[in-house]
Amino acid sequence: MTNPRCAFDASPSRGRRQRTGRAGSAASAWVLATILLPAYAGEGRTPLPVLEAATAGTQCVEPADVMRRNHMRFLKHQRDDTVRAGVRGAKYSLRACVDCHASQKTASVAKVETNFCVSCHSYAAVRIDCFECHSSRPQAVAQQASK
Amino acid sequence: MKTDPAAPLAESKPRRRGFLGVAAAGMAGVALAPGIRLIEIAQAATVSAGASPKVRWGMLIDTTRCAEGCTDCVDACNTENGIAPATRSTDPQWIRKIEIKEVKTGRSASVPVMCQHCAEPPCVDVCPTGASFKRADGIVLVDRHSCIGCRYCVMACPYKARSFVHEPLADQKPDVPRGKGCVESCTLCVHRIDRGDKTTACAEACAKAGHGAIVFGDLNDPASEISQRIRAATSTQLRADLHLDPGVRYQGL
Amino acid sequence: MRPAFERLEQRIFYLLVAAGGLLTLLGLGAAHWMEEYGHIVTGMDNQVVWGLPHVFAIFMIVAASGVLNVASIGSVFGQPAYKTRAPLSGLLSLTLLAGGLMVLMLDLGRPERVIVAATHYNATSVFAWNVLLYSGMFTIVAIYLWTMFERRFNHHAKAAGVAVLVWRFVLTTGTGSIFAFLVARQAYQSAVLAPLFIVLSFGWGLAVFLIVQSSMLAWNGRRLDDAVQRRLARLLGVFVAAALYFVAVYHMTNLYFSRQGAFEAFILRDGGVFPQLFWFGYVALGSLVPLGLLFQPRIGARGMLVASALVVLGAFAWLFVFIIGGQSFPLEIFPGYQVHSSFGDGAIARYVPRWPEWLLGLGGVGAAFVLTTVGVRVLDFLPRDDVAAPAPAAKG
Repeated sequence: MTNPRCAFDASPSRGRRQRTGRAGSAASAWVLATILLPAYAGEGRTPLPVLEAATAGTQCVEPADVMRRNHMRFLKHQRDDTVRAGVRGAKYSLRACVDCHASQKTASVAKVETNFCVSCHSYAAVRIDCFECHSSRPQAVAQQASK
Repeated sequence: MKTDPAAPLAESKPRRRGFLGVAAAGMAGVALAPGIRLIEIAQAATVSAGASPKVRWGMLIDTTRCAEGCTDCVDACNTENGIAPATRSTDPQWIRKIEIKEVKTGRSASVPVMCQHCAEPPCVDVCPTGASFKRADGIVLVDRHSCIGCRYCVMACPYKARSFVHEPLADQKPDVPRGKGCVESCTLCVHRIDRGDKTTACAEACAKAGHGAIVFGDLNDPASEISQRIRAATSTQLRADLHLDPGVRYQGL
Repeated sequence: MRPAFERLEQRIFYLLVAAGGLLTLLGLGAAHWMEEYGHIVTGMDNQVVWGLPHVFAIFMIVAASGVLNVASIGSVFGQPAYKTRAPLSGLLSLTLLAGGLMVLMLDLGRPERVIVAATHYNATSVFAWNVLLYSGMFTIVAIYLWTMFERRFNHHAKAAGVAVLVWRFVLTTGTGSIFAFLVARQAYQSAVLAPLFIVLSFGWGLAVFLIVQSSMLAWNGRRLDDAVQRRLARLLGVFVAAALYFVAVYHMTNLYFSRQGAFEAFILRDGGVFPQLFWFGYVALGSLVPLGLLFQPRIGARGMLVASALVVLGAFAWLFVFIIGGQSFPLEIFPGYQVHSSFGDGAIARYVPRWPEWLLGLGGVGAAFVLTTVGVRVLDFLPRDDVAAPAPAAKG
């Protein structure tokens, strides 16, 4: 009966713990630098969010602080109701949001970095892909463009 | 200091009553306030009821009224849904005209083919995330929120109805969101149906042009025009041997 | 002598990892390019939606299942020559599966939505079943490896081996069913595809195993025992023959049906690159030549390596014909009619893979290679046929 081989026999250290050598120290230092450096460099690069006013004389369907925290949840639930059940014109309709919040200058919520949705999302570094499919322009403008 | 237990109570009675009175008035105000709006809430439209399982939307296409080379339905679909006219094999096409010629007899016809909105859609069976789904009213759709772009439904469809979006899109119609990396197909103009329009863009354009080859309607309603027409004259389904029960029927084939 | 060899091995190791790592990085770069600009940068279109990346991915996934045959014969059927090879076969299974799935997931139209695929399941979709089967495969094979490496659990290896055997049969049936369940296409819609994929997995998996094993033995200065060599060669020969049988049955049945006649003529005679790949690539180079080599009375290590490499090439040829040929042939929407349209109806689709697809597929191979190389270095996977001869405790 032979002594069963250690599974780590093939590796150089044979499974025994080793102290970090020079190469290991250099590598660790490099990794740490790569992780920490960006935190100190380039402060103030990202512009603060610009809260462009929505269409005058209107009020959002929820108070601003509720919206700020929950708009993603509202939209996510609403999209299933709309797409799967065919419910249209409900409270959290994305199209209604766009119609109201589209910038007066660019007629869009996502065209320029100061536009409504993109402004906060680029500051918070939360990528949204809504407008890869959805039109970011209010209905009236989009219809004009297509004529 | 000895306090008379009764004295503080007697002293605070008017204060407490006063407080209760103010509180009651405040509560009433809070309860009533939502009903009083000084500024109109942005969106005050009515909410629709949603798709109904009592209805089954379908189309009847009379190919004897289809002219070879006529693309009125295709152009209308492109305009309605914001699709660029197709030039390359990678361009999406939701409806196309197929010119067919029977090999043995030489008889030819021109057939508009789009998603057949089957009752047993193979594309729905194979979709891993459930993005390809059949709505309660029979319209087969792609939920682009769940679509991962695996193209299995494109492999599964017998009618080549599905297209894959190969490049980034811009200037989408607000009613028709569509984007890169997802699969799409004819929606039976679901956005028009849901807002009460009685027909699809292709059927409307064909009727307006005077051909009248496409009829849209409720297959479950025996009194609808489409039901009457398919009861009166023969109509066929494409690849009926597959038993998918498409909602689109053809005459003149 | 030993220190010099170890230094050489060390350098070779880093070189191999660098080469494989570079290939993997190129593959990831290509995937990023595809994700950024869309599939327009590839050769795929609305007729051929599954292209070269799928050929690579399906080869690797099917081989990942089949490579465990060696382990099964060892653990489940108790053959000692195979038992020592079981750990390497388990490792290869994990790395091939990882590489294949990497290519598959990066080829998605929306690869960032893989989390949606992992959380939303359509019960009728084979793809959804496969997500569960593939993830479960990683776990089960990892547990199996653990029972083999951990001395205390060695007696559980057989049970784990049986579990792995059952799981991979279900998994490969699932892979074949991806195509078998497609009623729309003339190339698929056949129940024989599930067992065909099982048998293909046996041959492809063993061929990959033999290639890796012979490389490992060569780099460690060892030779394979003649009896074991002959056994493995015969086994590969049997698998290749069985696969050829299933492919023949599939085509013969298709040829019998009039409605499949045009499709078979396209694949076997008129389709240009497809008959060439099928007859020269798969049947001749990928099956008959290896059979000739493997059933020789005396087969050398080189002969076995060449045969295995040819089997792998034949596999790619067959998969290209199966996946892409099956899509190139137009759908029959109007049987008995000649058709044409703006959407390619009635026309044979031409597909030429472009460089992002090549890089992505090869990147998956690179990833599997890197994982295998690192795994083999860190843990003891080298198959030893001399365990019977005990060496007195000489280690310090």
